[in-house]
Amino acid sequence: MTQLILQSVASGILVGGMYGLIALGLALAFGVLKVLNVAHGELLMLGGYASFFAFTFWGIDPFLSMPLVFLAMFLFGIGLYQFLFRYVTRTEIHTRIKNSLLISFGLVLVLQALAVRFFTADERTISTSYSLEAFTIGPVRVPVVRLAGLVVAVAAAITLEWLLSRTRFGRALRATSEDWTRAALTGVNVRRVYMIAFALSAALAAIAGSLVSLGYSISPSIGLGWTLKALIVVVLAGLGSMRGIVVAGVFLGLVESLASVWLGGKYREVVALGLFLVILSFRPHGFFGKAHA
Amino acid sequence: MASSVKHMRRGTSSIAVLGVLGMLAAIGLVSENQHLLTLTIQTMVLGALASSWNILGGFAGQISLGHAAFFGLGALVTRELWLGGTGLALAMIAAVAITAVAAVVVGVPILRFRDIYFSIGTLALGVAVFITAGNLWPGITSQPAEALRNYDFTAPYFVALGVLLTTVAVSLWLKHSKVGLGMMMVRDDEEAAKATGVNSFAHKMIAFVISASLAGLAGSAFAFFSVSYYPNFAFSVLWTFEALLVVFIGGIGTIVGPLFGAVFFMVGRDLLPTGIGEFQVVLFGLLFIVVVLLMPGGLTEAAGRLVARTRRPETETTEKTPTATKGKELT
Repeated sequence: MTQLILQSVASGILVGGMYGLIALGLALAFGVLKVLNVAHGELLMLGGYASFFAFTFWGIDPFLSMPLVFLAMFLFGIGLYQFLFRYVTRTEIHTRIKNSLLISFGLVLVLQALAVRFFTADERTISTSYSLEAFTIGPVRVPVVRLAGLVVAVAAAITLEWLLSRTRFGRALRATSEDWTRAALTGVNVRRVYMIAFALSAALAAIAGSLVSLGYSISPSIGLGWTLKALIVVVLAGLGSMRGIVVAGVFLGLVESLASVWLGGKYREVVALGLFLVILSFRPHGFFGKAHA
Repeated sequence: MASSVKHMRRGTSSIAVLGVLGMLAAIGLVSENQHLLTLTIQTMVLGALASSWNILGGFAGQISLGHAAFFGLGALVTRELWLGGTGLALAMIAAVAITAVAAVVVGVPILRFRDIYFSIGTLALGVAVFITAGNLWPGITSQPAEALRNYDFTAPYFVALGVLLTTVAVSLWLKHSKVGLGMMMVRDDEEAAKATGVNSFAHKMIAFVISASLAGLAGSAFAFFSVSYYPNFAFSVLWTFEALLVVFIGGIGTIVGPLFGAVFFMVGRDLLPTGIGEFQVVLFGLLFIVVVLLMPGGLTEAAGRLVARTRRPETETTEKTPTATKGKELT
């Protein structure tokens, strides 16, 4: 029993890192553009396929292809912004959130259908030579590929934090997310900030996708399930707050994983939903959120 | 999301509602064509589902992205009871009752969230319920073989028609009742509604429960009509999407909009070549995006403008729905 619980704690932390990484991109787009992209999970799915095909066709290791996938989805994100979300960001804030939700909801269906058409509905996983390897710490098994996921998530969070707090671009980004009109008045190119923030968000989803196709599995329909977890994490951390996202992700992973020991894996999503409702009822602005968020 | 039917006179819109309903009813009474009957039944089920979403989204202004949860629940309960030997009427009543209770239970926490949080909450609900339904009921559900050999369209047809008429009747009643007016006040300005003594939570709750129960009713028509399907299919996000698409194409907040939208969607889908497969979804997804961005009032508003223009060209209104209001352009 102790071993089971310890193992659940370990896998909860590992999957929680993924939740955090996915939520990071979602929160970035929401924080800066005030655009809630529920097709975030579909961007993850596309990133996962990119890594998968790079591995199967050219034998490129997913960790090597990750920068390429990042870049490719960054460009794809720019395209999505230019052709779609740019029009949403022209409306006032209330309409903007609602319309972005509706539009990305349509996008979910479009990207899913396209993925079924071009990649078939089969479930796929990248199996490398090290896929089955694992560390054993006492009674607990830690699969290498999943640990790598956690490491990448933490690294991405730290890089993003550095980018936001230490660079000139980060300052422009924070200014825009607080008040775009005043940011524009001080000379910030708001459109460019929006475009780059959205592209970064898409690229973050894509590297999460690479890790999912390595440590878990991908299929055209996985998107919404991961989006669900990311949304819960974002709300846990407080809408509009970037800090504490990975912590909130790990927290969700732990709760789910431990609850699965009691209830069985079938009710994982119900536990997540319950947690979401309870937290929102008692802390409407999340753990780390400010009241105005 | 103000009611855009104001462009159209009430007489015109009632005629349009009667026209669509009459057309659907006539097809079933006249035609023996199985393809046409199937299409009509599907249109009526979707029309009912869309109208039920419209009560919550269009009248009360709460954009739910988890409507399929209630459609699926209604389908599940009806199917289990009916295939288990319970009479259809009883099974459907039970389905609506259970859906209503579920809506109250979920509604208490979820309706306290406003705007975006409500949409996120319902999306989370829909996805969680869909995945869990797939975990719990992985096997396919089929009607017994002897029932299939002489499948009769008459009963499903009248059930679907009854469900649609019930939904439209409830919508019509709500639209002109005091409760319905309260819902619309909450939609247009929640703070102002509260200030004038409207209990916003109660009104949202009533809208939520009525909307969910009617979605459950539509689900039971689907369960009765369908030959075989995976139980979690009825919980699929596709149903929510189709309801939203149909409402937005037709015109949100109107009675006739969801009906127009359902006919447009089903006929459109039927006319598209089946060979294109997934591209159908892609096309409708893109259409949805375009409608949300460019014509937030849908077909009803467009038609209303046309009617207004031909009748009184000098008083053509330029007022837009709030969804259409554009903020300051970025510099």
